Amino acid sequence: MSETLIVQPAISTTTPPVGERKGLTKKEVAADHPTWCPGCGDFSVLALYFKLIEKRKIWHEKITTIAGIGCSSRFPYFVQAHGAHFIHGRALPFASGVSLSRPDLHVFVFGGDGDAFSIGGNHFNHTARKNVKLTYCVMDNWVYGLTKKQTSPTSPLGFKSKTDQWGAVDYPINPMKQAISAGATFVARTTHTNPNHVLQMMEAAMDHDGFSFIECLSECVEFYEGAFDASNPRKGGAFNEVPKDHDVTDELAAYKMAGEDFPGKFGIFYKVNKPTKNAKEAEINKSFQAKTVGLKDWQILQKNFDKMK
Amino acid sequence: MSNAIADAPSSGGAAKVTKINEAIIRIAGNSQDGIQAIGGFLARLAGRSEQEVMTFMTIPSTISGGPSIFQVRIGSGEVLSAGDEADMLLCFYQHSYEDHIKSLKLGGIVLYDADHVTPKPEWQEMYRHVGVNISSLTVEAIGGTGRDKGKNIYAMGLLAKIFDLNIPKLTKLIEERFGGKDLSIVTNALNCFNAGYSHSLENLLKTYQFFDSEKKDRHQVVMNGNEALAFGLIAAGVRFGAGYPITPWSDIMELLRRELPKYGGSFIQTEDEIAAVSMAIGASYGGRVAVTGSSGPGISLKTEAIGWAVMAEMPLVIVDVQRGGPSTGMPTNVEQSDLNICCFGGHGDSPRVVIAPTSVEDCFYTAIEAVNIARKYSTPVFILTDQGIATRIEAFTEPNLEKICQDISPDFSDRADHKPYDLTANKGITQHVAPGTKILSGKYPIATGLEHDELGHPTGSPKLHQLMTDKRRNKLRMLATEFPKLKTYGPNEGQILLVGWGSSEGAIHEAVDRARSVGEAISCLSVRHINPLPNGLEDIFRGFHHIFVVELNDEGVYGYGQFASLLRTRYCDPRIRSITKSDGLPWKVKEILDRARTLASKKD
Repeated sequence: MSETLIVQPAISTTTPPVGERKGLTKKEVAADHPTWCPGCGDFSVLALYFKLIEKRKIWHEKITTIAGIGCSSRFPYFVQAHGAHFIHGRALPFASGVSLSRPDLHVFVFGGDGDAFSIGGNHFNHTARKNVKLTYCVMDNWVYGLTKKQTSPTSPLGFKSKTDQWGAVDYPINPMKQAISAGATFVARTTHTNPNHVLQMMEAAMDHDGFSFIECLSECVEFYEGAFDASNPRKGGAFNEVPKDHDVTDELAAYKMAGEDFPGKFGIFYKVNKPTKNAKEAEINKSFQAKTVGLKDWQILQKNFDKMK
Repeated sequence: MSNAIADAPSSGGAAKVTKINEAIIRIAGNSQDGIQAIGGFLARLAGRSEQEVMTFMTIPSTISGGPSIFQVRIGSGEVLSAGDEADMLLCFYQHSYEDHIKSLKLGGIVLYDADHVTPKPEWQEMYRHVGVNISSLTVEAIGGTGRDKGKNIYAMGLLAKIFDLNIPKLTKLIEERFGGKDLSIVTNALNCFNAGYSHSLENLLKTYQFFDSEKKDRHQVVMNGNEALAFGLIAAGVRFGAGYPITPWSDIMELLRRELPKYGGSFIQTEDEIAAVSMAIGASYGGRVAVTGSSGPGISLKTEAIGWAVMAEMPLVIVDVQRGGPSTGMPTNVEQSDLNICCFGGHGDSPRVVIAPTSVEDCFYTAIEAVNIARKYSTPVFILTDQGIATRIEAFTEPNLEKICQDISPDFSDRADHKPYDLTANKGITQHVAPGTKILSGKYPIATGLEHDELGHPTGSPKLHQLMTDKRRNKLRMLATEFPKLKTYGPNEGQILLVGWGSSEGAIHEAVDRARSVGEAISCLSVRHINPLPNGLEDIFRGFHHIFVVELNDEGVYGYGQFASLLRTRYCDPRIRSITKSDGLPWKVKEILDRARTLASKKD
């Protein structure tokens, strides 16, 4: 029998069947104390990720938390599970490598707006169009925080930063439009100030079979205080959910909604089911392996060598 | 060596058969004429006849067309290089004739297409000219379609006649190559071949016959270096790769994309070079060593991520099929100028393993070795080949695949505890434990590019940065102790030691043979393990007055090629000097010897 790429870990005998075991508690799944500034929006996202793991009874060994570089990308260190802290902007191709070779894992990628839309912008487009099965949560704070207040690709025009002391002059990227036009099959928007909504989006994203993208507004209290007040009812803003009658499979409607002035809408803008890259590769393998049934790997290779004599 | 053919043109006499040891045939035409196909047929025929063979080709880096050559050297004895001077030049155009006549030895045969080539009187005295209307006779042979597609096969028929090649075997090769959907294609090919074979070569006075090869009682396979490398990776158990197209690396990714699905694996074409290396690292992190690769500029783009793999101690295999650089450089020419970037490219102290195969056969075995080192030492390993070895065809003993193919499925069994960067590990060598593995202590590892503690959590500790730097460096020192002791080719003492690496091995060996046959005390040493270097080289160096490092790169600002610089840094031996060139062509044996003799006569 030839081996398959789909490597299923042997089920541990020490693990009781799902259902008998309680979900992992925050205590079991929390690792290092986050290094974020007090009041940072990312705390909320982390807390809800713990909640998701507990609620959905995901076990340590079944989950992989991957990030690039940035404040939010410190995420994997704070989660007690397998994780990787990769280089700036390249978390998505790394995560795609994990997802495509390990379909048994839940692959979650966390990052910021710089990672996703600046240095890693091209990877965002291609991972979306290929529909690689993974969840990408971008904590958008409209500023570079780790390097202490430079303009980010999502900084609004006029935002005064250390690299634009007179105010940002470059038109910002609209992450939602970007995701929809790149071909993402799940596009949702949420904000750290509404924990229930964040959890709801995370669950829906995790359940989506494909590339699921969440833009989560996450305030940087140090370098962009009050950026999202207009979306926070407690600060006098408005949290408007996507209308119930919105058709999530309507790409144009989703794109139009993405263009609304801030604070815009929150919820699932777009969701369609398309075969994933994972499924397509598995399909190719299936058709090839049908021709080599019963052959050991060396025998398959021998066939090539026989042609080269 | 092949002076059997190079006797002066004689006047008159009946055609007779002359026995020869070997022949070097240069075929010159344009890139779409299918001259590579002739070369490929001849190489494969040699493989099936238990002969040795080596080829050399140049292709233009233009999109379509342009002059192209294919040189094939076939011998009953050992063939070490593609040869300095050709015994026969087969040329299709005036430019092929004029540009390549100088590559022919005096008295050699020019077989030319009389439809396109007008011989020059002054050359007719120096070389034996045989003109055949190859283009028009091809059109005639396949029924007057007005197209000369197939003239390569016609010409091969002529060669088969001149060299008394094994017709049943060649016919079978043609049938295998063209047999398939359309019967008329194979029929046309055979018609062309037979027409060429039966063409009367009245002005050729002799035909040639190879001596029988020593019966080796072995099967040979015939392939180029890129194929051998890709199949080696499959034999090693690699089932995932990612890449971006670039010449001459693309062949490897195309082959893996085509073949891996048969084994349940995948090769992914990514949006760019950085995504390719990142995806391969991600798959390695997933538990099974993955491969990426590139050429020239692509390697530059991958360096940051490779630094991560060093820091995170992640197994990975990176193939670098070198070409002429810097920048876009000479995409279809050979050069060995990426040694530095493979050994040292990247910021920070990031030691990594670099292995350079020396022949097509070695490409196959190096791939397996690289995978196993990457796994055992949890580190990125470069396989450093070049355009020369990637595209040349050689015949070699068929590997015992049943024995060699290995299963490297990851082990996901529970661990009581796991520290990915355990400083107390045996010899400091830790292995990657992939997601999917349950760690009973409840402490899970993080793979990271930040300096870290033993569990992979970030640290700013000066002491830990030193200890972890030691760990990453010392495992390469451990690896060096595992390499077998090197031996010289030729006696282990003498005047000159030629040191080479990678694809130049054959030409250097031949240079040694030639020099020793006239009594010069020259030996050579081939180094496959570029970083870390094998131990004990200083003992070998001690036996010689001069140590000349022969490599295809520039001597640089300070006068030493890249490998020479590395050896000088390592051994502080002023006798180590450089023989380098950057003309985009492989070494000729004569060039090596001339340069070595001149350098030896100069003071250190």
